[in-house]
Amino acid sequence: MPLDFAKPTPPSEDKRWKVVQATMRRNGNHHDALIETLHTVQESFGYLDDDALRYVAAALRVPLSRAYGVATFYHFFRLKPAGKHTCVVCTGTACYIKGANQILDSIQQAYGVKPGETTADGQVSVLTARCLGACGLAAAVVYDGEVAGKQGAAETLNRLQKWVEQ
Amino acid sequence: MTFEELIQLAAEEREKQAAFQHTIRVCVAAGCLSTGSDKVVEALQKEVAARGLKTTCQVKGVGCLGLCSVGPLITVDDAYCRNVTPEDAAEIVDRLGDRPAERLHIASEMPFFARQQKIVLENSGVIDPERLEEYVAADGYHGLLHALTEISPAEVIAEVTKSGLRGRGGGGYPTGLKWSTVAKADGGGQKYIICNADEGDPGAFMDRSVLESDPHRVLEGMAIAGYAVGADRGYIYVRAEYPLAIKRLRAAIRQAERAGLLGNGIAGTTFNFSVTVRLGAGAFVCGEETALIASIEGKRGQPRPRPPYPAESGLYGQPTLINNVETFANVPPILRKGGAWFASIGTERSKGTKVFALAGDVQNTGLVEVPMGLTLRDVIFDIGGGVPGGGFKAVQTGGPSGGCIPAEYLDYPVDYESLLKLGSFMGSGGMIVIADTACMVALARYFMEFCMSESCGKCIPCRVGTAQMYGLLTRITQGQATAADLQLLEEISDMVRNTSLCGLGQGAPNPVLSTLRYFRNEYEAHISQHTCPAGKCKMGADLAQEVA
Repeated sequence: MPLDFAKPTPPSEDKRWKVVQATMRRNGNHHDALIETLHTVQESFGYLDDDALRYVAAALRVPLSRAYGVATFYHFFRLKPAGKHTCVVCTGTACYIKGANQILDSIQQAYGVKPGETTADGQVSVLTARCLGACGLAAAVVYDGEVAGKQGAAETLNRLQKWVEQ
Repeated sequence: MTFEELIQLAAEEREKQAAFQHTIRVCVAAGCLSTGSDKVVEALQKEVAARGLKTTCQVKGVGCLGLCSVGPLITVDDAYCRNVTPEDAAEIVDRLGDRPAERLHIASEMPFFARQQKIVLENSGVIDPERLEEYVAADGYHGLLHALTEISPAEVIAEVTKSGLRGRGGGGYPTGLKWSTVAKADGGGQKYIICNADEGDPGAFMDRSVLESDPHRVLEGMAIAGYAVGADRGYIYVRAEYPLAIKRLRAAIRQAERAGLLGNGIAGTTFNFSVTVRLGAGAFVCGEETALIASIEGKRGQPRPRPPYPAESGLYGQPTLINNVETFANVPPILRKGGAWFASIGTERSKGTKVFALAGDVQNTGLVEVPMGLTLRDVIFDIGGGVPGGGFKAVQTGGPSGGCIPAEYLDYPVDYESLLKLGSFMGSGGMIVIADTACMVALARYFMEFCMSESCGKCIPCRVGTAQMYGLLTRITQGQATAADLQLLEEISDMVRNTSLCGLGQGAPNPVLSTLRYFRNEYEAHISQHTCPAGKCKMGADLAQEVA
């Protein structure tokens, strides 16, 4: 006889949970859909908080430890909200050769943030990526989802300056 | 769609294309898009419309044209143009039928274009990746329907075996052999096909380009594989970092399903095949096949010991065929033109072509497809145009598990065996050129940092060994190491290589070992003279913070 599980309710009334539920339903609410569902949560809310992880784990009937394990294992998932703007510096080999480290150093000098951190005013998050596949245009930096090629420290600081001044 | 209907569709589309006197193709793959090629398409379309040429000249977005370094790239009929801006649109349309302006024109006789031989990329930069009809007009899905309606699964495998195709993901395992193992496996019915598009090697972007430029080709290859081994479900595991590839792949799957080229009862036969896209989430180790399977199952991507190999017990414990994007992309032409044709290209043991992503300190960065057996010198200097304004030091192949090959071996042919002999390996096809201004110890440290942070932590040699090696390399680049440290580094390299669970750990020492083999003097200069010959390392600088 199948066990009767209560269907968990989403953490809030937020409409975006409907999108998350749709992803789970599309995958038959099967525990395999954990990564797919977390992708949807992050797309909808920007990051994964404790409530979201608890809810997804309960809805897909996986232990919370596994949901947390997956969320922390993969670099793509964020457990903290990002800043208003994000600047992703590619640190793949081609970009390394073309000076990605100098870009990161200059950002750290100018704003005091290391990769993975957000400026104190919450304006800019600085992240790194393991190769964006834009190696032909190294060094590559993604400003708010838009890939820019052939970047150097000066170009990057210029862009960040504009964001901060806003 | 039956075979006759497919041929009919191809003929109609070819007729439609032939009606245009001129075709302007604009690269809208990720590289050129980031330089604004979408605006170029708009501007060209506007100019064409303004002159009332819409019926005689078509402007379309196409996949990668290869020479990423001078994007946005376009072709006007057969002529290549570089660095095109929206402001150039009027002039380009004015000069239709004539030679393009000199400042834009790139001679197609230049070795970068002339020396390539395209099989995997035959449609890249030619067809619109978002239209099924154009792929069909380029003989797309003909291989699949030929297989389904005219030959048996065993004959498909025989053809692939005859072609001599080997896995393009790096290992070079014979594809025909892998297929026949899965075909023979008894899984109580259910088998799976997985396409590995988790192109994690930094410096490699071949798979991204294939998926963005010609997604149907990969789907067709997977379906043919499904028919050959008796699988009816396929998964494509794509990196989440490739949003455009994911979008085009999903669109292609929908189109193929609607046309009855994927789904149930393909081409009126009893063969069913469905494809699902699964997104990676930024873990390099997921390129390893057992880790990839765990990730598709929604778990942490940690590898497990083999055997059993996925061919016997893979996804959900069922027999599973895993091939790389480029391997699948080679399959449709093999079915269309025959295994013997494919086997006539390349060297004795490495057949066909290989796509390389040329990057780093090289004039012509971008994507090239060359027959196996060309020398490294041909690829880097003739096709790649050499190092701009400097001397060549080494070329790095195979990503973080590969090695650095110095100048004296430039005349070695590029094939699986030769690269292995040089202490590197083919890998997925990243080829990063390093100028003589680089410090090889710092480069080895860079790769070790990568492997250390990408280690999944399951087995101790990899988890602890890479951290120890990174620490030693850091000491060397700070000028604080002793000769004993170098010896220890070599001992740990040997241990990590021989005792790690999966390819990530087994390959992690390769950058160290290959740089030690060819550039030992640089290590020794750091240690005994406390100087960096390239002047890149800050001696005594407090890099130790980064370790913590």
